[in-house]
Amino acid sequence: MGLRDKLTELREQGLEEIKNSKDLKKINEVRVKMLGKKGPITSVLRGMRDLSAEERPVVGQFANKVRDDLTEAIEARRTELEQAALNAELAAEKVDVTLPGTPVAQGQSHVIQQIIDQVVDLFVSMGYEVAVGDEVEQEVYNFEKLNLPKDHPARDMQDTFYVTPKVLMRTQTSPMQARMLEKHDFSQGPLKMISPGKVYRRDTDDATHSHQFNQIEGMVVGKHITMADLKGTLEVVAQSLFGDKLQVRLRPSYFPFTEPSVEADITCFNCMGKGCAICKHTGWIEVLGAGMVHPNVLKMSGVDPEEFGGFAFGLGPDRFAMLKYGVDDIRNFYQNDVRFLNQFDEKG
Amino acid sequence: MKVSYQWLKEYLDIDVAPRDLAEKIARTSVDINDVYSLSDGLKKIVVGEVETCEPHPDSDHLHVCQVNVGEDEPIQIVCGAPNVAAGEKVIVALHGARIGDNVKIKRGKIRGVQSNGMLCALQELGFSDKIAPKDYDEGIYLLPDDAKPGDSVFPYLGMDDTIIDTDVTPNRGDMLSIYGNVNDIAAFYGLKPHFKELAIKKEGDEKTADLVKTTVNDEKISPTYKLRIIKGVKIADSPLWMQIKLWNSGIRPVNNVVDVTNYILLKYGQPLHSYDYDKLPGHQFGVRHANKDEKFTTLDGDEQTLIENDIVVTADDQPIALAGTMGGEGTAVADDTTTVALEAAIFDPIMVRKQARRLDLHSESSMRFERGINPATVETALNEAAELISELAGGEITQGIVTASEKPAQDKQITLSLSKVNHVLGTNLKMAEVTDIFKRLAFPATVSEDDQIVVTVPARRWDIFVAADLYEEIARIYGYDNLPATLPVMTRNHGGLTARQKFIRASRHDMEGMGLDQAISYSLTTVEKAKQFQIDPVDEPMKLDFPMSSDHVATRMSIISGLLIDVAYNVARNVNDVALYEEGRVFLPKGGERPEEQEHLAAAITGHLLANSWHLDDQPVDFFQVKGIVERYLHNLGIAGEIAYVADDQRPEMHPGRTADILIDGQLVGFVGQVHPTVAKDYKIPETYVFELNLEDLIAADKVANEYHPISKYPAITRDIALLVDKNVTNADVLAVIKKRGGAFLKNIHLFDVYSGLHLPKGKKSLAYTLTYQDVHNTLTEDQVNKAFDKVTNALVDDLGAEIR
Repeated sequence: MGLRDKLTELREQGLEEIKNSKDLKKINEVRVKMLGKKGPITSVLRGMRDLSAEERPVVGQFANKVRDDLTEAIEARRTELEQAALNAELAAEKVDVTLPGTPVAQGQSHVIQQIIDQVVDLFVSMGYEVAVGDEVEQEVYNFEKLNLPKDHPARDMQDTFYVTPKVLMRTQTSPMQARMLEKHDFSQGPLKMISPGKVYRRDTDDATHSHQFNQIEGMVVGKHITMADLKGTLEVVAQSLFGDKLQVRLRPSYFPFTEPSVEADITCFNCMGKGCAICKHTGWIEVLGAGMVHPNVLKMSGVDPEEFGGFAFGLGPDRFAMLKYGVDDIRNFYQNDVRFLNQFDEKG
Repeated sequence: MKVSYQWLKEYLDIDVAPRDLAEKIARTSVDINDVYSLSDGLKKIVVGEVETCEPHPDSDHLHVCQVNVGEDEPIQIVCGAPNVAAGEKVIVALHGARIGDNVKIKRGKIRGVQSNGMLCALQELGFSDKIAPKDYDEGIYLLPDDAKPGDSVFPYLGMDDTIIDTDVTPNRGDMLSIYGNVNDIAAFYGLKPHFKELAIKKEGDEKTADLVKTTVNDEKISPTYKLRIIKGVKIADSPLWMQIKLWNSGIRPVNNVVDVTNYILLKYGQPLHSYDYDKLPGHQFGVRHANKDEKFTTLDGDEQTLIENDIVVTADDQPIALAGTMGGEGTAVADDTTTVALEAAIFDPIMVRKQARRLDLHSESSMRFERGINPATVETALNEAAELISELAGGEITQGIVTASEKPAQDKQITLSLSKVNHVLGTNLKMAEVTDIFKRLAFPATVSEDDQIVVTVPARRWDIFVAADLYEEIARIYGYDNLPATLPVMTRNHGGLTARQKFIRASRHDMEGMGLDQAISYSLTTVEKAKQFQIDPVDEPMKLDFPMSSDHVATRMSIISGLLIDVAYNVARNVNDVALYEEGRVFLPKGGERPEEQEHLAAAITGHLLANSWHLDDQPVDFFQVKGIVERYLHNLGIAGEIAYVADDQRPEMHPGRTADILIDGQLVGFVGQVHPTVAKDYKIPETYVFELNLEDLIAADKVANEYHPISKYPAITRDIALLVDKNVTNADVLAVIKKRGGAFLKNIHLFDVYSGLHLPKGKKSLAYTLTYQDVHNTLTEDQVNKAFDKVTNALVDDLGAEIR
């Protein structure tokens, strides 16, 4: 048999063995056996020195080709086997993707806090400052300076926790109206403030009453502040909190520290104004109270009502939360049942 | 006030549907509670005429009646009312009728006798006992003789009327009368009311002044006090038209005298009181403060013990009424009354309010006195009442009114400027528009100079004092809907959160990011709880003067105790993993008029911080998890000072071995640790970890600014060291030594193992650290690191007696 035939035979035999190699170890063995220094191809190439000068390049070329073919076949097979091995490995690593992920610690802000933050952010975006007052207040700021003299009937509506005749748990956030009016430097422009915080009333706790709840007070006082500005502002608040599809209705009302006084209703978001249990079949839900700051309030805080005027408004985050989410018992807000708190995930 | 639509229509030509009128009232005047008819939900209820009425064969009280209901044949109805009789006109609920409480009437057999409907009392049509006339308490209601069988009963009983129930604000006392409502509604629709007053037609010869005398010594108590006498009355029912007006307004008809006083109260807002002249202890009337502990039995039969602030009407100095609040039992008009003394007065609103409130005797009268009385109609109301009594109950009105005091009805003049009106309202109203509004309100107004309007406010609107009150009148009549909606013009001040507010908000977000839910607890608590868990204890909390409940008597001085109540609430409901934080005020009395209010941040954690998972080892919360939260939080704040955690076994509510005070540069700012098991037991909570921080201190603390430090390009070299030390040597001790001797290249010390178990000598523990060395400018050599490391090792041996393992 000539070298050429031998090479041909080696090639056939090698390709057959490569094809039959079932794992990487075997293919490695085939490579060493066929292409190694002691392998048949090497020995064939060694036998070339016995060939003639004409034959040598031809056979040499052929031998190289056989070696390249085999090398290529080995590499192809190796890749194939490696891929298969990897696939097998990955298959073995398969997890049940329906198992729950590892829990990550994440707490939740209180639903009332969420509403306070929303309102605060809205007003901050409109250039208001945030003024936070004391919860233990002087009687004079809680009542007198708000045009609520002693024996005023409105004081009956706000049963008060007194500490001494002059000190009390504030019944409203409105004392910040008087305090900020006194403090503000009107030469620097109008006062635009919002004041969230806890307030206290001498009430027995039940589903609709809480001796502690929250209010947000707002006030703008300057030289050119109008009731139209109040109306526009209330519309922005009501619609940004409850949705811009809802209509806002102003009704005359009464607060000792504003005149004119109004209450703002929005279209009942439950029935869209048709009338339901939530809106007591009126189609409207009362959301805040407001008015033009009473001249007496300005005067008592040393602001000239002839020159300055403005509006004030107050709203109740507890009531907002109850309306918005249909919470039927105000005590939920202060019992801090984790199952309750976690119902109000902040979205986004 | 329950305002009858039909009554309004007697004085106003309105063609607006009741619901639309109510909406307009809400938008223009006062809020609306409800709009309803007494006939709502009722059907197939007709007039019947009892043709025959025979005893039931099988009953000692039932009757079998043949009732004409306007059909060809009478229908048979079994009725148990004692007052059913042939010839009476009755209320018949037919088969298929719906009566009060949504009850459906069906034909059926009653003790074997067919009954095709039901004869009704007013209560069965849904009238409450508060408004159904007393006469028919024991039986069915009997309709007037002219009622036509087969007709719906509703028009006969005024049940087809619509009632607009208004919610009157404290300032609008004038809206507590038909008179006031008529005037206001006329103004907003631009109508001319034709309100009818009834004058006295005839007075007798006898002079009232010969029958009664009256003096009011203190006109503050009763600025107006007037009496009339009607002699020879005969007490009976008032006519149905008047009864209907009363019950539609929520007032129960009683008799022709009392009903007249209530009718006038509704019509004019003027409460009247009628006394049985002959039962009075004397005829010298007066009004005075009560004597201390004076006794008086009110109409309802209750004996009241009075105080000096109360006010009473007296006859020969004997109390005969709580002025403006409730009459007396002994002098009330009753069936045998023949002479009536009729009182029309104004009493001091505050005194009436306090008295009614103290004795819990709120009435239609007291409510009106509290909110003010129109001085202009006191006499009109008194005269109309006297005339009506004499018309309805017979009798003669004696000559003249006896007056003890009289507050004149004064109109007020207020000057406005049109430009200011527009400036306040943001409108662009013309003078003619404004004067038209005052014309509609029937407030005489004259335009003086170009811009000035002088408005005369009649006495019937006693809520109006200043220009701002008139701005409201203009705005509401013009219509709030018609006001433009604008925003305040942009100004130089930009608003925004202060650094303090941002800090507090960031603190909350940090806590939430680390897995804690925000709680809001009560600030008012018990004295005992108020004193617990204080960072830097103050003796006594601020206490309320007159608390409402024993659970809420003092202001908190720490937040933790409230959080533990929340934890207990959760645990009691089988919620066992609770991680709460709260940010809020504590109140520390420090000698001033008011306590110092501090913002604190606190947390309470029990069970697991992370929910149990198939994928994690069960890790109940422990000291180090909670401390980790505090550390991370303080790190996030960028506190510049040195933070130290110092063991504290002196806090009575805390575990003595698992509590650390938190110090910044030696100043106490809070603490962290486990609640003492005994205290936990008191709160009914399991093992719970807490911390509380004084945010005021943290806000004031110096912060490090963020700076850029280049990352070293040169490799870091690490060395591990394990030491055996005495048990009482702390990590802080070791760190202090390592830091002191670490050299310039020591970049980081990481504790990776703490072991104090078996295989160690008694009283010893093992601590293992990785020290990382790195130079910014060069590659460190082994030699450099070895030298530095040896220094540390030697120092640990020398200073702490450590054995290097």
